[in-house]
Parts: sequence; structure tokens; C-alpha cells
Amino acid sequence: MKIIAVCGMGIGTSVLLKMNTEKVLQLLGVDAEVQAADMAKAKREGFEADIILTTPELVFQLENMPGIVVPIEHVFDLTEIRQKLVGVLG
Amino acid sequence: MSAITNALGEGSIILQAKVGSWREAFELAGDALVASKRATANYTKAMVSAFDELGPYMVIAPGIALAHARPSADVLASGLSLVTLVNGVEFGSARFDPVRIVFGLAAVDHDGHIDLMASLSELLMDETKVNKLLQSDNEAEVRKLIG
Repeated sequence: MKIIAVCGMGIGTSVLLKMNTEKVLQLLGVDAEVQAADMAKAKREGFEADIILTTPELVFQLENMPGIVVPIEHVFDLTEIRQKLVGVLG
Repeated sequence: MSAITNALGEGSIILQAKVGSWREAFELAGDALVASKRATANYTKAMVSAFDELGPYMVIAPGIALAHARPSADVLASGLSLVTLVNGVEFGSARFDPVRIVFGLAAVDHDGHIDLMASLSELLMDETKVNKLLQSDNEAEVRKLIG
């Protein structure tokens, strides 16, 4: 499974999101690759991602990307990340 | 020393500032990156433009904003600045306004500052520390708290 964490610049929110998602995946025992990327790179390279994590403000920019877009309101809230990932992973 | 302490150079901390807008807060965070020789004044402009363009997603937690722009030649070294505000400022974030803490972040590339982000994440998840940080007007105390 491949997950990308996307934000505007690729150095702030996406990096925090990647780190905290990795923590959650470890707790869940899910094997997945998580990559951080900025919006421009994500759009340019397309990425064959199964799940795209981002903040609610940026969701509209990612609508045409392949993969399930999951908005995370609070990148430090491991409970939220866990619940939303579990919801998508089934 | 934690990665945050190393990232906060001399002149990078401004406590209990009075500002009236997100723009002024961003400019202070940029000035502090310039003062601590981590970025040029152009980087401050880039941070302001980034917020203008992409909006309040840079408010990453209740009361906390992470001001930053893309890695570029305007970044002299990866680093951080810290601005606390006396009064909460509206940044346009429905979830996390008003903002009382602004971190300025400069990164030379996309993955050279991972340790810093891990330390920052740890700090911001510690509510007690964040509350103490908000109340302090003493840089030595803040450095001790963060370190």
C-alpha cells in the first residue's frame, strides 16, 4: 500500500502528517509506504497512491488525483488519523 | 540539546509580541529567521505569498501556525524562529483560530529537517509545555522549556 501526505510546500504539514501516520500504521500493524510531497509535485508526478492525506483546506486541489483523498483536520491528533485510516482500510 | 534548540539560532525568538494581523506575525517570524541568519528577507516575502495563495492551512493546531515557504536560494540554513503573541490573532482558520504562537520554518530541502519536525511535533503535542511557552516572556526560560 502506498500513502502520500500532501501540503502546499512539502516541508511542514506533510512532514508532520507523514510522521504521525507512520506512528499510527505501526500501532495498527499495517505495512505501508508513506511519502510526503508538496502540492505541485503531487500533481506533476501523479503518484500511484492508494490513499492521499491532506488538510481540509487543500482537498479541493486534489480532487482529480487517483486514490482516496482523506482530509485530516488535526495532524497531531493520532486518534483522528487512526479512525480515518481504519475507515478507509476497512 | 534537542533539534529545536539547535534550530533556534541567536535572535530567532520573539516573545509576547503585539501584532494586528497574520501578515505582521509572519513578518516577525521572517525577521527572526533573518536575524538568526537562516534566511534572507526574500524568504519572508515568500512565506507571506504562500499564505496569501494557500491560506490558513498553515495553522496546524489550536493557536499554532507554522509559517514557511518552499526550499529555495533564500534559505541560508535550515532553522526555526519562534514568535509568541500577547493577543490572539485571527488567521482565518475555522478550526484553530485565534493564533498565539507562530513558528517560522526554513528548510534547505525536503527531508534534511526531519529530526527537527519530530522534535517540534513532540513539543506541540505536550499541552503543559505549550501553555508555559505561551505565558513566558523570558527567552532563557523558553529555551530551557523547549530543550
